[in-house]
Amino acid sequence: MKLDFLRNFAEERRWVQGRIILVICLALVVAAVLVGRMATLQLVEYDRYSARSQDNRIRLAPIDPPRGIITDRRGQVLAENRPAFNLIIVPEQVNDIDNLLQQLGGIVELTPKDLERFHQARANSRSFQEVTLKFDLTDIEVARLANDRHRFPGVEVQPHLTRHYPFGASASHVIGYVSRINEEELRDSDRTRYRNASIVGKTGIEKAYEDRLHGRLGIAQIETNATGRPLQVLHQDLPQSGEDIQLTLDMELQQAAEAALENWRGAIIALEPQTGAVLALASQPVFNPNQMVSGLDQATFQALANAPGQPLFNRAVSGRYPPGSVTKPFLGLAGLATENMGINETLNCTGTYNLPNVSRTWRDWRPGGHGRIGFTQSVAQSCDIYFYELAHRMGIDLMHEWMTQFGFGQATGVDLPSERPGIMPSTEWKQSRLGEVWFPGETLNVGIGQGFMLSTPVQLAAAASMMANRGRPIQPHLLLSDDAAPPTPQLEPLTLEDERLWQLAIDSMVETVHGRLGTARAIGADLPYEIAGKTGTSQVIGLGPDEEYDEDAIAEQFRDHAVFIAFAPADDPRIAVAVLVENGGSGSSTAAPMAASVIDTWLTHLEETNELSLQPN
Amino acid sequence: MSLASSPINQTARAASTHLIQRVLHLDMLLLTLLALLAGIGVVVLYSAFGGEIEPVKGHIIRVGLGLVIMTVFAQIPPARLAPWAPVLFGIILVFLIAVLVMGQFGGGARRWLDLGIVQFQPSEIMKLALPLMMAWFLARTPIPPTFRITAAGLLLIAIPVGLIGLQPDLGTALVVGAAGASVLFLAGLRWRYLLLLFGLIAAIAPVFWVFGMQAYQRARVLTFLDPNRDPLGAGYNIIQSQIAIGSGGLFGKGWLNGTQAHLDFIPERHTDFVFSVFAEEFGFLGVIALMTLYLAIICRGLWIAYQAQDNFSRLLAGGITMTFLVYCFVNMGMVSGVLPVVGLPLPLISYGGSSIVTLMAGFGILMAIHSHRRMWST
Repeated sequence: MKLDFLRNFAEERRWVQGRIILVICLALVVAAVLVGRMATLQLVEYDRYSARSQDNRIRLAPIDPPRGIITDRRGQVLAENRPAFNLIIVPEQVNDIDNLLQQLGGIVELTPKDLERFHQARANSRSFQEVTLKFDLTDIEVARLANDRHRFPGVEVQPHLTRHYPFGASASHVIGYVSRINEEELRDSDRTRYRNASIVGKTGIEKAYEDRLHGRLGIAQIETNATGRPLQVLHQDLPQSGEDIQLTLDMELQQAAEAALENWRGAIIALEPQTGAVLALASQPVFNPNQMVSGLDQATFQALANAPGQPLFNRAVSGRYPPGSVTKPFLGLAGLATENMGINETLNCTGTYNLPNVSRTWRDWRPGGHGRIGFTQSVAQSCDIYFYELAHRMGIDLMHEWMTQFGFGQATGVDLPSERPGIMPSTEWKQSRLGEVWFPGETLNVGIGQGFMLSTPVQLAAAASMMANRGRPIQPHLLLSDDAAPPTPQLEPLTLEDERLWQLAIDSMVETVHGRLGTARAIGADLPYEIAGKTGTSQVIGLGPDEEYDEDAIAEQFRDHAVFIAFAPADDPRIAVAVLVENGGSGSSTAAPMAASVIDTWLTHLEETNELSLQPN
Repeated sequence: MSLASSPINQTARAASTHLIQRVLHLDMLLLTLLALLAGIGVVVLYSAFGGEIEPVKGHIIRVGLGLVIMTVFAQIPPARLAPWAPVLFGIILVFLIAVLVMGQFGGGARRWLDLGIVQFQPSEIMKLALPLMMAWFLARTPIPPTFRITAAGLLLIAIPVGLIGLQPDLGTALVVGAAGASVLFLAGLRWRYLLLLFGLIAAIAPVFWVFGMQAYQRARVLTFLDPNRDPLGAGYNIIQSQIAIGSGGLFGKGWLNGTQAHLDFIPERHTDFVFSVFAEEFGFLGVIALMTLYLAIICRGLWIAYQAQDNFSRLLAGGITMTFLVYCFVNMGMVSGVLPVVGLPLPLISYGGSSIVTLMAGFGILMAIHSHRRMWST
């Protein structure tokens, strides 16, 4: 301001005036562009637009694309599309909607929910757009409507495709199911791909590969006469069907796994250790996906979701359990590799273990202990004392570092929704999660796969595969890709300075199944091949220091979980399995035989016939 | 002709011109053009409402109110207005923050501020407060502004635009941003800064596309680029609007005879898409006439800016006119499918009152700038 007398106001005026002239030019240019646009619309393309406005009695009808088919690795169909019939109404063509609904109610069964959805959809669409009143009419309803249809202008029975799962409840947690898109999903979706009537994958593969399976919506432009009856289809943008998807799953093995689980709650996962291909993924109890497609009402759905045993819960990827002793080969290997335990070092297992300055006594599962014992037999006989001592020597953070390399405490990234990571605790984890310091005693619990540690069954199967591959991780996956290369694993390969340790760890697992004192020796007898395995019996409730576990005295939901991991043949692994049975008691008596049966089914019956029937995608 | 040339009539006309221009400080030409426009608005709205008179009456009342406000603003000499610019800007900024904070508690988008007696939209007033502020700020230092002044100016624009964008009200944010940027441009924002700015936007856009937008928002942009992608949903409006305009042809279907309008095919036909109704019923010739009218108002406004006597007035008049220009052309561009649908009304024709007040106040300021010139200095 004080320098105003130095300013050349005339110069500044000319400057701004120059800009004003520029703006006038700009306005003229923009106006010219708009005039050009109007001329294009109103003069050049007049005939076209005039015609379109003339017959603006065009009804636009979305055509749902046929959803992609899901098959297993043999090409057996797991999810397909079947014809069904919907009852639709074009509100514009109806004089008295309420009266119509009343009359229709006498012909087909209309629930309050049907009506509510209809009114809502109607409010959201234009009067000449069709609105679905009832989905999936029964054959009888279709026949009745065919009889009476002349009485109801604006009412149509529309054929469409509905999802069907030929295997019913089998593999329901893998395949998942589709159901009608809800408001929230519709809002977040690409509107050009979904309509009110569209279906969308809700769980499993149907959800994970929704993008590929869905395809592209088609649109029919239907010309109607004055009363709105369709005269002809003017133009049709055909829908683009969704992509078919082939899974690595083998339905025969899947059913064998489901049969092995009998009526237990639990999960079995079988992987191909070389590739990470999921051969079977069973979670029990199961649900019937066909029931879900047509849409359950809220009460039925809630009842199903909250049913005892939670049939909608995929235990294989979402269930978190203390893994128990199946972690011992991994931790033992880490102990040897870090030289916290000598290869030939033995300890004297007396059945109890104490920490200095801690009053609590830790017990071995076997009262009286195992006597003098080294690495191999500690795994094979599942000696707890050995691993208490090892854990104490390593400390929780070193354990965390090593177990994390096997994938414990992390989601595997398997291509199914809602996988949970589980927990591999550390001092840092406890500080940030619970805001508490780590106590040395807690390290001992984690040493036998208890305490804060939680794993999902799929994690255990992936870890078993990594052991089978001597440190090469795999990516568990269900999508059978065209190219031979399996998906890149999330984990880094684990290389040991002393490669012989891998053999030592695997041998200890073979000893578990085939050794004279191995905890799983019952399944090892008379096998034409060797299984490397490890049992686990994980506590659901903590026992007091002097309490002893008495299965019969404990209510079922507090009984131990039975766990087993294995791969076979031990020298050339072609299948890796993880079994978890909720409240199943001991790993050796309940879980191990299930794993053995799945392994046997694969190695002796299925594997050979399999390569031949692989379908190129 | 003979009447107009009679001496008595000439005197009467001279007297009324004197009253309007010297006493009321109104600009005769601008007033005539605006009145013509408002008249067209009434005619089109009557048709858009399907022959209902009640809502049209409401519109007329609002236009009348706008004229009063315009007259009030025309009385304020620009030199008196200038010192109030930062004060007004500061107050509206505080209101904008208040709206945002209260919106937080209310849950969801809120634009209105309730001061007990009156409810108003601070973002609406910002359309005027920002160009005022910018003109005041840039006129204080030599023109063209230095890099530092330019950067400060950009910040002055970014703050209110950001606050309004957060409401979220993208249409208004766009207009406010354009209003501020117009003043900066008039003050002589150097070309290289302009290029730099465009370069920056071009660099950020793809990143924003991938990380800053939801899938459905991307879908909306794609739908603008190709409405036929979603002919049942978002693309529907623009397709039907284009059918309406195109089917109007050279002469139009005639007043009250637009089938697209009357059969409910044009969306929001009283507000944002009112131009489609006009184009359908009055055809290409009508469109040319309407555009000429808008262009004439814009040119008059820019002429006023050109003739203004100080930098503040020049920048302010130019900024106000350019804001009006953005309004007109963005609206016509969006209904004809040249620009994406952002939800801006067509000035003085669209139904709805919130924008008419600021618009007319702006014209009042324009007239004040013109009529309060010191005649001896030109």
